[in-house]
Amino acid sequence: MTRPLLTVEDLSASYGAVRALCGVSLTVPERGLCAVLGANGAGKTTLLRTLTGLHRAASGRVLLADEDITPLPTEKVITRGLAHVPEGGGVVVELTVEENLRLGALWRADRRDRTTLDEVMDLFPPLAQRRAKAAATLSGGERQMLAIGRALMARPRVLLLDEPSLGLAPLITRRILDLLRDLRDRTGLTVVLVEQNAAGALSVTDHGYVLNQGSVVAEGPSAELLADDRTRHAYLGF
Amino acid sequence: MPLPVRHLLLAALGLAAVAGLLSVTGDLTALRIAAVGYTMLAVAGLQLLVGGSGQVSLGHGAFMMIGAYSMALLVLHQPTLPLAANLGVIVVVSVAAGVAVGAATARLHGPYLAGATLILAVGLPGLAHRFHAFLGGSNGLNIRTAGAPPFLDGLVTTSEWRALVVWTTVVLGLAVLATISAGRLGRRMRAIRDDETAAAMAGVPVGATKVVAFVIASAAGGLAGGLQAYVLGTVTPSSFTLVLSLTLLAALVLGGIGSLWGALWASMAIVYLDVWATDLARAANLGRNAENNLPVVFFGVVLILVLRFWPLGVHGALRSLGARLRAVRSDTSSRTPQ
Repeated sequence: MTRPLLTVEDLSASYGAVRALCGVSLTVPERGLCAVLGANGAGKTTLLRTLTGLHRAASGRVLLADEDITPLPTEKVITRGLAHVPEGGGVVVELTVEENLRLGALWRADRRDRTTLDEVMDLFPPLAQRRAKAAATLSGGERQMLAIGRALMARPRVLLLDEPSLGLAPLITRRILDLLRDLRDRTGLTVVLVEQNAAGALSVTDHGYVLNQGSVVAEGPSAELLADDRTRHAYLGF
Repeated sequence: MPLPVRHLLLAALGLAAVAGLLSVTGDLTALRIAAVGYTMLAVAGLQLLVGGSGQVSLGHGAFMMIGAYSMALLVLHQPTLPLAANLGVIVVVSVAAGVAVGAATARLHGPYLAGATLILAVGLPGLAHRFHAFLGGSNGLNIRTAGAPPFLDGLVTTSEWRALVVWTTVVLGLAVLATISAGRLGRRMRAIRDDETAAAMAGVPVGATKVVAFVIASAAGGLAGGLQAYVLGTVTPSSFTLVLSLTLLAALVLGGIGSLWGALWASMAIVYLDVWATDLARAANLGRNAENNLPVVFFGVVLILVLRFWPLGVHGALRSLGARLRAVRSDTSSRTPQ
């Protein structure tokens, strides 16, 4: 196994008196494709928000390639190589596809360099066809592609995705999930995928963690999680 | 053409227009034109803060007061300094005040920021009474500044010269504000205004940008206050009450939030609605009480009417009118070939 790129050690976070994460630990190796699963309110989104510094950890550490990024403000975390695709994508509908993509690279000193833009367009042919169209004209699946593309514009080391399948038709969900795997295989990107759609997520990832009420209750290779009836029934609901 | 050059060119054009206007109007109008100038600079600073970065400040008048008292104190205690140096010092002083207040309030949002800046607007005029000997109490400070230079004797009156000095400073200040707002910093501010979380995720340093916006606005406000002291020759705490801060904000809404042009309509409204209301009260012989209060009523009514019929302010209304005209023209031109 390659050395871990992203390490979360005993991470806790709360909203006021409510504990949302209670000592979560996980490791994601370089080029890993890792799923974080769980029901509503299990702490999946809070985990991602704490990783990027949008929410402050109460205790514990987040290490990105041996650097402790827990105390950094969000804008610094982003420059260290973590890119977050928020729930729902959050594309700017008034801007064109290309403008949305360029937003992702605004903080880079070489933001005028077009090679990353061309690479992202190659990855997502539907976006290339509509590069000058307003993002408002895109379908749900295309918007999700745009949100992922925008995150890639920052040339991250780790891509964090928050429920990319939310609100998409099963067929489109399948395409997005396959695309993530394809992306990892081709570019060597490390991906952390937060999903409620456990079956779909486990079918493309190599490793999975199951969160319940803020704690990791099961983890293992995705195929094993998928095969383990007890975990499936107890936490994943299928 | 690079943006700063275009803004400077526009500034020169604006200054020429003001000079032309001054040559055909009288002395009293010159003072009012000067008043429109410094008010516009103050509102433009507020525009960058409120319309640009989305931070609502109720304490903008306090920064005008800091600038005005700085000007008066400089003229009284350092009479040999030239006016340009005074204005430079005023900018430095207001920037320092802006850094202090901005850093203290950067974590506050919406109503909490408004509340914190409100304290400034309410409290600062009290300083003039507290340090009576130094700041002159409620009578304030009176200053005499040089009029037109000797070689322009007979060409321009003192008031006209002052109006020109004010407008030169104002258009330069506006060119700087316009360049900032069109550039990277302005884009960052708008990103924060629309969504702080999304801005941070795109690598925008949220806290620092908010403080910088506050500091720029303070500098513009302070400079405007300094110019006001220069034109009027007097500064009193009663000119910089909470009412001034509220008026600046209300006028900004009236002029149209989001564009520096809105500041022009706003400052004209502040200066001329007051003049018209006072004239009206005098003409109707309404007595002293009505004369003092009619401008406020007038301003309020106009604000309500503008927001009722043009919810985006005067500038928003002009823009949608322009868009409609263009649509009509392109409509007719596209029909003609058939």
